[in-house]
Order: sequence, then C-alpha cells, then structure tokens
Amino acid sequence: MSATEERTSYIGAPVKRREDRSLLTGQGTFVDNMTPTGTLAMVVVRSPYASARVTSVAADEARKAEGVVAVFTAADLQDDWKAAMPCAWPVTEDMKNPPHYPLTETPRYQGDGVAVVLAETRAQAKDAAELVEVGYDAGDAIVDISKALEDGATLVHPDLGTNECYVWRLDTDATGEAIDDADVVVTRRYVQPRLIPNAIEPRAVLAVPGLVDDVTLYSATQIPHILRVLVAATLGMHESKLRVVAPDVGGGFGSKLDVYAEELLAVALARRLGTPVKWVEERSEGYLATIHGRDFVTEYTLGATKDGTITHCRAKVKAAMGAYLQLVTPGVPLLGAWIYGGPYAIPNYSVEFTGVFTNTTPTDAYRGAGRPEATYVIERTMDALADELEMDRVELRRKNFIKEFPHTLASGLTIDSGDYDASLDKLLELLDLGSLQAEQAQRRENAGEKQLGVGFSTYNEMCGLAPSRILGAIRYAAGGWDSATIRCLPTGSVQVITGTSPHGQGHETAWAQIVADQLGCDIDVVEVLHGDTSISSVGMDTYGSRSLPVGGVALWHAGEKVIEKARQIVAHQWEVAADDLEFGEGAFRVKGSPDKETTLAAVAFGAWAAHDLPDGMEPTLEATAVYDPPNFSWPAGAHAAVVEVDTETGDARLVRYVAVDDVGAVVNPVIVDGQIHGGITQGIATALYEEALYDEDGNLQTANLVTYLVPTAFELPSYELERTESRSPTNPLGVKGVGETGTIAAAPAVINAVVDALSHLGVKDIQMPATPERVWRAIEEAKK
Amino acid sequence: MRHVALTVNGTRHELELEPRELLVYVLRDKLGLTGTNVGCDTSSCGACTVIVDGAAAKSCTLLGVQVDGAEITTIEGLATNGELHPVQQAFHDHHALQCGYCTPGMVMAAVSLIEHGNASSEAAIREGLEGNLCRCTGYHNIVVAVQEAATSIGSAS
Repeated sequence: MSATEERTSYIGAPVKRREDRSLLTGQGTFVDNMTPTGTLAMVVVRSPYASARVTSVAADEARKAEGVVAVFTAADLQDDWKAAMPCAWPVTEDMKNPPHYPLTETPRYQGDGVAVVLAETRAQAKDAAELVEVGYDAGDAIVDISKALEDGATLVHPDLGTNECYVWRLDTDATGEAIDDADVVVTRRYVQPRLIPNAIEPRAVLAVPGLVDDVTLYSATQIPHILRVLVAATLGMHESKLRVVAPDVGGGFGSKLDVYAEELLAVALARRLGTPVKWVEERSEGYLATIHGRDFVTEYTLGATKDGTITHCRAKVKAAMGAYLQLVTPGVPLLGAWIYGGPYAIPNYSVEFTGVFTNTTPTDAYRGAGRPEATYVIERTMDALADELEMDRVELRRKNFIKEFPHTLASGLTIDSGDYDASLDKLLELLDLGSLQAEQAQRRENAGEKQLGVGFSTYNEMCGLAPSRILGAIRYAAGGWDSATIRCLPTGSVQVITGTSPHGQGHETAWAQIVADQLGCDIDVVEVLHGDTSISSVGMDTYGSRSLPVGGVALWHAGEKVIEKARQIVAHQWEVAADDLEFGEGAFRVKGSPDKETTLAAVAFGAWAAHDLPDGMEPTLEATAVYDPPNFSWPAGAHAAVVEVDTETGDARLVRYVAVDDVGAVVNPVIVDGQIHGGITQGIATALYEEALYDEDGNLQTANLVTYLVPTAFELPSYELERTESRSPTNPLGVKGVGETGTIAAAPAVINAVVDALSHLGVKDIQMPATPERVWRAIEEAKK
Repeated sequence: MRHVALTVNGTRHELELEPRELLVYVLRDKLGLTGTNVGCDTSSCGACTVIVDGAAAKSCTLLGVQVDGAEITTIEGLATNGELHPVQQAFHDHHALQCGYCTPGMVMAAVSLIEHGNASSEAAIREGLEGNLCRCTGYHNIVVAVQEAATSIGSAS
C-alpha cells in the first residue's frame, strides 16, 4: 500500500509483511547463524534412563579429546545456581514443586542432563560427549498418569510420598444437586495425547560474556524479558548485567516460552570461561529436552433437560506435569478452567484438576494450553448428548448458545462480546450441509469402503493473557500487562518499541499499521523494534494470543499520549486552547479553520529543537504506555470438518475444512488467516497424526520426526475461511487474540467427523489420534 | 582431509573437508551461507533443501566430499540483482511464510518442483512438497504461492 491511498486504511488492510525480505533471501538472524570468534560448542550428556541415580562420571578420556576445553558434572556446577529452575505458577498453596537443576545426579526423565562438554567445534563436542562414561543405577519408572495415582505406584520423587502435584477446584455445584436433577446425563472419558510442539527451528542458545562481568544471552525464545528476570535470579546475577536478545525466532507454539537448563548452563559457563558458549539443539534431542504438551485424561459430564437445555457440566481432569515443573506447567489446565462450558449458557459448573508427576519430559504450555483440552471434551460430548436426546447436533448447540453479551459465566469470568449464531449461520451457508448429508446417505446405502462424515466444533476461548489482578488471584507470579513506546524522531520517522516478542507473527508489519493509522503517517516511516532487552527494556513477551490485545493496545495508548503532548505544543505555539484543536490525517487544525495546519512530523521537529515549548514541558515527542487489560479477550467461532474414512484400511482423510472465526477487529486479514491456517493444522495433527508415546520404562518411543508424524502438505486440504466480527468493548482497537483459535477448535471437529462417518456402523468414539489402526479397531469392535 | 571443489551460487570454492562433513555444514560453517537451515537430524524436515546440479536435495543427506565438482544453488543465490525469484516473490505476495525457518528449504524445493514441471496442480504441489515440513502456515498459502509462481514462470518462458 502506498501513502497516496486512503490514509486511515492501514488497519484492516492486507499489508504485505516487511519481515519477509530477509527471511526469503537467507538473511535471517537465527541464533545458530551467529558464531562470534572463540565460541565454544556445548553438548549436554543426557540420561538414557527415566529414573536413575548417577553412580559415577568418568570424563578423563573426554577431557583429553581433541578440541575439548572442559567437561562439567552436576557436582562441579552446584554452586553456580542460587535457586532451582523456576516455576512461576504455584497454583495451590500446598503444590509440590521438587527442585530441579540444570544438571542432576538423580535423573527423573529420559533426557535429564547429567554433564556438559565444551569444545572448539560442535563435532568435537559431540565426539567427546560419547567418551563421557556415566554409571547409572537405574530404577523403576511410571509414565501413565492414571496408574501414577494408584496406591503403591512407583514414585517419581520418592521423598514426596506421592505422585500428586496438586488438586485445584472451581465449583458452583458442590452438592451435585443439579446433576442429580437432570433428565439426561452423559459422561465420557477422553484421552488427550501427549504432543511435541516441533517448532521448525530447534532451540538454540548463545551466551557472550562482556568486559564488565556482563553477559549477552541470545536465545531462540518467545520471552526475552521474562527470561532476563529469571536467568538473573537463578544465577544470582544483577539483572543489569544480563542482556537477552531474541533475534529471528523460528516458531515457538509455547515450546520457547520457558526457562531452560541450556540457557542457564550457557550463561553460567560463559561467565566461568570468559568465552562465548553456544548450544544448538538437535531435533531428536529436543524431543527429550524441550517441553511437551497436553497428556490429560478427562472425565466429562453434561446434564440436560429432555428438551435439550443443558443444566450442568463437570470435568475431572488428570493432567501430566512430567517429572518436574517448568515455567507454567501446573497452570496449563487452569488456562482452560473457566471455559469447560464452551459457548453455552450452563448454570452449574464444576472442574477439578489433579496435577500428576510421571517420569517423562516436563509438559508446559503448547498452543492453546488448557483450552484445546477443554474444547475437545465439550464438543465431543455435545455430539454424544445430541445422540442421547435424539436431537440434531447443530440445533442442540444453537439452543444452548450464550445469546447476550457481555455474559458472566457460571465459572465467574465475563465474556466481552460475541455473536455465536452469526458464526454458525455463516458456517452452514459455506458448508452446504444438505448436499453433504445426501452424499453421506448415498454412500451408506451403497455400503462402499469410503464413508463420509461431517463434524462440528462451536467454540469460544479466553486469551489475551491477562489481567494482572486475576493472575494474582490465581497465584501466577507475574503480571499480564505489556508496554509500548512511540518516539517521533526529528526527521519524521517514528520509532516503535514493543514489549511483545514475535517469532513468526508479523508484529513489525501489524504494529506499523496501527501506528501509521493512528498518527496519520506513511507506514514506511514507522520502524518497529523488539526482542532485545537493551532496546525494549520492559515487556511481557508473546504467548497466550496476547500480543495484539495487550501489546497492540499498549501501542494505541502510547499513540494517544504522543498526540496529546503534541496538542499541548501546538496550542502553546498557536496561542489557542488545546480543546480547540483537532487531529486528523497526521495534522493539527483549529476546529472550523481547516486551512491552517501543522503536521505531527513538524511538531516532532519542534519538540526536538525545543525552542518554543510550554513552560516545564520536556523536549522531544515520545511516550510510553503500559497497558493492563481489564479482561481476557474472548474469540469464538464455528468450524466444520468433512472427512472420508476408508472402512477397510481405517485411513481417515480430510476432504474439506471450513472455519468461521470471530476474533474481533482485524488489523491485517492476511496475517490473521495465516494464524488460523496454522492453528487449524496443529489441531488436525492432534486429531489424526501426532502422539508422543513412552514405553513402561520411560523410553520415548516416538523419538524423532520419523516416528512422530508431523503432517505435510500432502495430508492436508486447502482451508475455507470466513470471519464474523464482534469488536471487543474492552479495548479501543476492538481486537481479540487469534494465535490459538484454530488449534482450540479443530481437533473435536475432525474427530466428530470421523465418528459421524462411522456412526451407522455403531462407532461412538475414537481416541485421538485417529490412526488407521484405531479407526479399524473401532469398526471391528462395533461389529461385536 | 579431502580436497573438494564446489561451485556455489556461481562462485567456485576449493575446500579441504573431513570425509564426514555434511554438505549443509560445509555451506553454513565453511562458506558462511547460513540461509540454509537445519531443522532435524533425520532428513525429515527439508529445511536444508538446496539445488544440486539442477535437482532439489536435502543438504543434510549429502557429504561434502560427495558433491565434488557439483553446481549448487542455495537460497542466497536465488534473487538476481536484488530482484526476488518468482517463487520468493509469490511467497511474499501470498503470506506463505511466518517464522521463515522452513522457508529457504521450502522455496528451493518449490523452485525445483516448478523447473521439473511437477507443479501443474494443487495435488501435484502438495505431493511434491511432501519432504518439507512447515509448522506455521498449514501449507495453505505455500500451495497458493507455488501455484502462482508456476503459472508466472510458465507464461514467462
């Protein structure tokens, strides 16, 4: 878009991304592309056992190997840590949080680090790591969250006396009366497979020591600001001595929303050795060393009257923590705690989460975090309830939709805005359900191999993390605000500094759209800076679909402050009342006198020269705003999947995927669609392909990209997307989050479609992922 | 050490390589061409795809010493005089990249697919890009971009 077009149209326009050029020409600044002179390669020696005691570490051969500079064990470094690795979310007062350090003598999951090797090259470090001989006394492991809670179960941490990490409840029907009074009660049990996030850039860390006891930490992270606070605290450094840089980061999906052992090790060792230290994760290593997601078992109940009015929902959830608590591990279920009623008006509500330790890689927030798990059990059970009531599944949903907004949920939070019927109406229009049902009937009659199914998922979710007071009330350690600075430079350029930290989302483009619209300037004069704590010193980073509804809104508030300061300057210089000035299209005018104007750029120059400012006013035109959202943001929508299932082989293949989402006002429709495409794909992957499996001894069986099936272009269809728009009334941009909606909505739509394709054969449920084997077995089971 | 001569993006390089060095690390560490990314250790993700003697190849599946005498094009060699290759341009026009990490490999795979006439339909493109993983885009816009690039290259030639 050029500046000659309508100036107020950047917001809502499909502006092409300024991020693309460097990424398309191989000029990305990913961490592994940086290798300062003298950099040592770090390789971590990891436990092959899921539960063991290290009895000996013999490193003499490794130390003598070519290029090796040092080998360190847990004992060597124990004085480097001033605290255990941080967990920021002690969800209950009595939550158990066994301390975990970057290297250990008692590994509790396969991949727990026991030693590090530093050498001149990566190949030398890898070779030497093979020479480190570690003696282990291996013990029994427990990997199944249900078995882990049984009496006599193997304990992950014997000194805790239990594998139960915590129990957390939110209950409006403690007596269970509502459920007893319901005409129809449906209870189902669902397994959410454990997932591996698989950002295509593996994690990477480079710590570079400075000259004054300082360190710069480059990390493939979503959270440079939080990382700075917590690495400094864990190492006992002054925060002022640590600069954290998130350069180009190749995807995250929550897997880079953490404080990891390798980040702490690299900083500690760079300080010890006085030389840069780099660690780059190998993919298979990452399968053990980077957080996993999901791994829930949920018993979910819906109660309803005969006419299909839902009166109660109840969820009892067992959630895997893994062996230790990472940054927000115990809080993941809570991120879905308020939405176990979905987009439906349900007066009685109870959820109970039990966090469970197992000898597995720690879990943490993976795309959607808590909300896909909630939406899945609701939307699967809605279909089951419709069956039980012999009601149409779409009509059952529609009948129970929340109709008026704002709406306070039985769970206690208030939905800002929405129009759930509008999304569903549009979905049905696009889908042409009648034709699909006719084809389904035809195929059933023909009794051929390939049957057709249609599945729905009407969802809402809460994102835009988060109001700080609510976070405080649920025991999260930090706030949920974000910060922005807008600085009008003397030559007309505008510098924007954001506290969000993009890793593929396109903030540089979208933030420039917002600022260019608000200040009435050309988008090309707006530069957007982020991801370096020496430039953007204050921020809460990017996760939980928060960047636009929190960071973007902070930006808008900073822009208002800039305009207000400029207004005072113009009023002073023109000797008019500030209220008599109007601002539009980048210039101030006196109301009713449109001929005389001064541009914001001219005011910025004047504020920089500072020759004629009001008494007491500080020179330069810039402002910072820190915005704490008053509410979460509440996107919603209606999705439908159409699948073809081969009843002979069990192969389920998507034929169509149609999605209508309401994410509030849209800044860049192309970026929004891209987020939804990617989100849907990760939901489809959960439904049909992905599952991390351990054997009983805690060995990860799906240990690499060959055995863990990330879908390719070949498995997927093109998507059909539309939007409805309910502006959020809680912020001046009217925006909501979009990063996780697709992942939250998609999995139940797909499984509902697979079950629909096979319902005439008696199939009522299929556990995710619906692999050919599971589908085939479900068909065979139904024949019995 | 073995003596190897390679032509990369039109420039000839004479190198002394350990026999075990993978082509991707020769490009990245020896020649400083860090545009070619490493995304896995099982030859699954395709992020390291380059064009070797006219055909797309995952540069983690080749040893440096295997490609002695080869002509190699990497992502850095695709644009000419600052003008993006039609595939790069189509990726930009259709928002076919988000984080950009898989992008160099995806673009090189698409260039080869089009050059070999295997991008004639959506289905052909989806099958042809099966060796390249993207976690951000869901492939939707990548397929759109490759279709458009195939059309524009086809009509230009």
